[in-house]
Amino acid sequence: MDYMDDTDNIMVGIVDYGAGNTGSVSRAIGFLGGRYKIVRERSDLYDVDKLILPGVGSFGKAVERMKENELYDEISRWIKSNKPLLGICLGMQLLFEGSDESPDAEGFSLFKGRCSKFDAKKVPLIGWGSIELKRDSKLFKDVPDGSFFYFLHSYYAPSVETDALLATNSYGVEYCCAAFKGSIFGVQFHPEKSGEVGLKVIGNWMEV
Amino acid sequence: MVAIRIIPCLDVKDGRVVKGKRFADLRDAGDPVEKASKYYKDGADELFFLDISATDEGRKTMLEVVKKISRRVFIPLAVGGGIGSVEDVRNALAAGADKVAMTTAALKNPELIKDCAETFGSQCITVSIDAKRIDGSWRAFINGGKVDSGRDAIEWAKEAVSLGAGELLLNSIDMDGTQEGYDIELIRKISEAVSAPVIASGGAGSPEHILEAIKDGRADAVLAASILHYDTYTIPQIKEYLSANGVLVRP
Repeated sequence: MDYMDDTDNIMVGIVDYGAGNTGSVSRAIGFLGGRYKIVRERSDLYDVDKLILPGVGSFGKAVERMKENELYDEISRWIKSNKPLLGICLGMQLLFEGSDESPDAEGFSLFKGRCSKFDAKKVPLIGWGSIELKRDSKLFKDVPDGSFFYFLHSYYAPSVETDALLATNSYGVEYCCAAFKGSIFGVQFHPEKSGEVGLKVIGNWMEV
Repeated sequence: MVAIRIIPCLDVKDGRVVKGKRFADLRDAGDPVEKASKYYKDGADELFFLDISATDEGRKTMLEVVKKISRRVFIPLAVGGGIGSVEDVRNALAAGADKVAMTTAALKNPELIKDCAETFGSQCITVSIDAKRIDGSWRAFINGGKVDSGRDAIEWAKEAVSLGAGELLLNSIDMDGTQEGYDIELIRKISEAVSAPVIASGGAGSPEHILEAIKDGRADAVLAASILHYDTYTIPQIKEYLSANGVLVRP
């Protein structure tokens, strides 16, 4: 891929916490010509430059699995050191303090607030949402405002500070679907399942 | 805003796409990898693969196909046909599926829905209901539409969602492959009865039918096979028609 030239040597680590679907994320990275490895335990992190926290499953289960594999504290430190990370779907929600989905589980608290459940006729939200970009960012470079991305979730992130907000989606309520702080990004949609525009976002992130 | 999903359905048998009528009279409809790639380029919002050989060998062949497709097609992929255990779901996800559809096994053992939803999350568990009209109501059928389970389809739909199904796929056996339109009443009754999204399936023959399923049937997504496989209409044509009639679609 031509836009991957200067990221040839980057190693992307994709965190596997059991039911997490690491396959589709790794195939997208592979398709873009990137190098990746699956991170299952602490020692897998030694040569990782950038980390992806993918998302499938429940908030509590993900936290539990990361703790079992001694990854939770490592990732927490990773985030506190502002090392590059992309949280996808549940992976984005884990960047908040917690979620009503699993009241006792503690998130990484990069962003304030808790995730709550949609109060809509049909839950989960399954489908392609047209997102509203709130600011220019490297993540959405060359991505047109209003582009459609694939969403699949029942819980949504609370609002974040204006300077952290990248994009919103609407489903009965307008909510934050992309946020960042320093080198840490979170997207509620699945870029690995959002066709060409999704691959563009992943490619952008690998270049950041 | 969430767009209505147009989902091409590929019935796969021995590594080929086939399509029948009312669950019988199969004929060849092409190579699955070629078809999937074309639908992806055409703007399909998701792809469904149903193994209709109903053998272990057949399912393995189909998962190989899905694996190939998942390396070049970056939209959600669903797999169904013969999924009967947590292990089967795990294998399908490992092959590149994002979700699985269960029909017979879910009806015979409803706890399976719960187990799978707890293990993988509701979002990847679709319960597929093969429904047939009998005496003014709908009965859920199993074993590829051959056996009447005796369960009322609407009651079963509610139970499946309460057990953790994240989505329902509603196949009308009466309309399957006829291209005469979806069973709108069935779709609407179930869509109104459950909180999970529903996919309408069986009978699409024109963009008008698809619009009906969305507007009158209140479907959240539509599955289409014959109408697309034989190039009666293309996905862009269908989306253009829906858009002109006020339905939000992904361009």
